[in-house]
This record gives sequence, structure tokens and C-alpha cells, in this order.
Amino acid sequence: MSQKKPEKLIDENDVRLDGRKLNEIRPTKIEVGILANADGSAYIEQGKNKILAAVYGPREVHPKHLALPDRAVLRCRYHMAPFSVEERKSPAPSRRELELSKVIRECLEPSIFTEYYPRTSIDLFIEVLQADGGTRCAGITVASVALADAGIPMRDLVSACAAGKVEGRLVVDLTDVEDKGGEADMPLAYMPNANAITLLQMDGMLTSEEFEQAVNLAVEGSKQVGQIQKEALRAKYVVSKEAEAEKEEAEEGEQ
Amino acid sequence: MPVFYERRQLVTPGDLLAENDYLAGENTHKENGRIYATRVGLVNYEDKRVYVVALKSFYVPTVGDTVIGKVVEVTLGGWVVDIRAPYPAMLRASDALERPFKPQKDDLPSLFDVGDMLIAKIVAYDRTRDPLLTVLERGLGKITRGQIIEITPTKIPRVIGKQGSMISVVKQETGCQIIIGQNGRILISGKLPEDERLAVMAIRKIELEAHTTGLTDRVTEMLKKEKGTMEVVKNVSEET
Repeated sequence: MSQKKPEKLIDENDVRLDGRKLNEIRPTKIEVGILANADGSAYIEQGKNKILAAVYGPREVHPKHLALPDRAVLRCRYHMAPFSVEERKSPAPSRRELELSKVIRECLEPSIFTEYYPRTSIDLFIEVLQADGGTRCAGITVASVALADAGIPMRDLVSACAAGKVEGRLVVDLTDVEDKGGEADMPLAYMPNANAITLLQMDGMLTSEEFEQAVNLAVEGSKQVGQIQKEALRAKYVVSKEAEAEKEEAEEGEQ
Repeated sequence: MPVFYERRQLVTPGDLLAENDYLAGENTHKENGRIYATRVGLVNYEDKRVYVVALKSFYVPTVGDTVIGKVVEVTLGGWVVDIRAPYPAMLRASDALERPFKPQKDDLPSLFDVGDMLIAKIVAYDRTRDPLLTVLERGLGKITRGQIIEITPTKIPRVIGKQGSMISVVKQETGCQIIIGQNGRILISGKLPEDERLAVMAIRKIELEAHTTGLTDRVTEMLKKEKGTMEVVKNVSEET
């Protein structure tokens, strides 16, 4: 993966480097409940991003002084594997990872009924195995699915998607090359049913009209991501149902 | 008074289930007159009540529940027991001895030690205090034989069945003694290891197909079939 900046990120037919349209999100696949030892887990592949999320809890808080008397504490660790980027990343948590852990925690917390389980902690681990831009959004998306898989009561699923400006055009779900070569990047997390934005960050420059359009683009992208999340959660149980039906058919065939 | 899903349809957190006149039941919440799901599960409408049967959950202690716990710590005045809940349960020495507890005389580890499995009952629990257990009732106390399996606590009602129909079938067909902890731990003790294996298989099947109908019949059928093959194997091995 050599990442020289190409001549053009968007060609004359409005097609991006990876063949997507301007308002098209990357092909996304989510799997639910793939880790046996965690209470809830999920795995996402969004373009070249590969991210795992694991949830433990609600459980006793250690160290105890962190416990809150009126609600559960949500603790989040966003971490990038040393092999997730082109040049080896030190496995120690960097400044950037600490910040992302914080914003991800803050954007997921409103979706969880933390007040149901006082004096406990919900621990969330997001492990980026391969990164290609927009990992915080993909991380939020899988984390929310993993929380649902753990059986933690939630107001809504949180879906995230970025929008930005590349070569003067507004685009959705930026890749690493587009982010680095573009003018602006704006990650956004959204609760589709509640119609609420829980995370909004931006770097680069946008005019206020562009900003408004970008927010709308990112919300549209998040809605698409939300559909994929729902399908992934349903698929887990539909698959187990179908597998059983097939097994029974096979057994009947034997007789 | 609109309703947005059919009965027993799979829903995910945040799905809008009903509006206005309905009451919000388990695993739902009401906001501005609209009822949303809070867990992944099957939705049900009953009269005016909407509720979701969760497909996966953790155990939340309830006073009066019989649970199966594991001793994790022996303290000065009692034990700390893991009951698979968000909170550790406490068993005080006075709730395990039939007389007043004398710290100088009574040796707690000799009664229950770390790693012991207990059948216990929850006597007190609220959101501000950790659950309190007792073993001073008939059928409660240390587990000395059998095997324990764990399932999702939300599927315990399915394992028991309507008025215990499901569990009595399994007991009858396998000849095992089965004790169900509301926290998702099930104790199975039978005369033969094969009987226990059969009971475990039945419960695993129930867990896997909890959201389907006509399960009791299928479990009965499976148990009868498995027992048949076991007999055949036994006969064959006796002949040779």
C-alpha cells in the first residue's frame, strides 16, 4: 500500500479513487457475537477498515473509587494494533487514542441507560486491526452493535459516518487518502430513531453552507450504516434459526 | 393507536414499537408517548402492554429468586458469592448457621470455601445495596455432586416451560434431578453420566431454539430418539 498522493482524487465523472460516487459509503459488513469470552462483541469491515469491539459488563468497578452511586460508568479504550497502519505504530496509547477513547465514550453514553445499573462499570474495547481513514466512525458503529449484543439496554443504536471536502467537492465516508489530500473532514455520530447527533468533530475549512450540506450528507450516511447495524443484529438470530431448520431437514433426509 | 410490528417479530434497540395508548413493558421505554425497544428481542403486544422478550441478557437480582452461585471470597463475617449479576452477593454467616455466629468458634472456610458452588436464595436486594443471600431453607446449601451448565438468564422461563411443562419432560425422560437457578446456572445430577449428558443436550437445544414454537414436542422427540440409540449402543457393546 503505497500512499503517494495521486494526481486526482475525483475524476471528471464524479467517481472517486475507489470507484464510489460522492455520496456513497464504503461497502460495510458487520458480524455480531464473534468473541466467546466477552459479554458482547462485534466486528466490522468498512472498506479496508477492520475493527473489533468487545464489551464487558455491567460488572463491579475496579478500582472501587471510580464507581458512581447513581449510574454505571462507561469506560472505553480505543486502540490501534501496531500493524494496523503502514508504519508500525507503538502499541502504547498515544495522545490521539486517548482523545478518541474519550469522544467515543461520550458519544455512546447518551444511548445507554446507565442509570439502571448504579455502582457498576461497562467496559468497552475497540481494537483497530487495519486502518484506512474513518476508524473512529467505524469504531463507534461496531461498539454500539457490541453493546446491543451484550444485552445492555439502549435508547437507540449509534451509527457514525464522516463527511468532508475533497478537491472542492463534498463527499461522504472519506478514506485515508481522501482525508489527507482533502480540505476538510467531519466525523458525525447519530442516533437514527431519536434523530440526535451525539458526536460532531471537524478539521479543515468549510463555509457555513458547505457545513450544513456536509452535516446532511453525514446524517444520510449514518442512516445507511444504521440499517447495516440492524441487519447484522437480526442476522445473528435468523442464521441460528436457519441452521437449525437445515439440520432438521438433513436429519429427516437420513431417516 | 398504531402498532409497528407483528407479534414475535425480531426488533433491535431504538425500534419504534407503538404509540400513545400502550403501556411500556419489559425491555422497552416510553418517550413522548412513543414506545421504543431497548434490547434485541422478540416483540409482543398483550392487551395494552408492549414488551420485548430479550434474546440475550444478564441476570438482575430479584428478591425471592433461587440462584446458583460460586464462593469467591471468605470474609470475617461471611462469604462473597458470584451469582453472575452486575453486583457480588453477600452470604452472612448468620444466614448459613442455624445458631448465632461466634467468630472465635466457627470456622467459615470449613463450611464453604472459595470455589464451592451454592444453591441460595436472595433475601434482600435494592439498587443501593448488594444482594443478600440465605442457605437456611430446604434444598439450599452446598452442591456436592452433579454438573452445572450456564445459559442466558432470559431463557430460563423457556427451560421451565408453562407450569414447568418443559423441565418436567426433561426430568422424566432423563431421570436426572435438575435444579434451575434464576441466574442462568442449571444443576443436573443423574445416576449415570449418560443421563446427565442427555439432559445437558436437551437444555442446550432449548437454549438454541428458545424463540421457536412447538419446542416441548421436539425436545421430547429428541430425547426419546437419543435414548433409543443409547440402548442400541449398550446392547451392541454387551454382545461383543
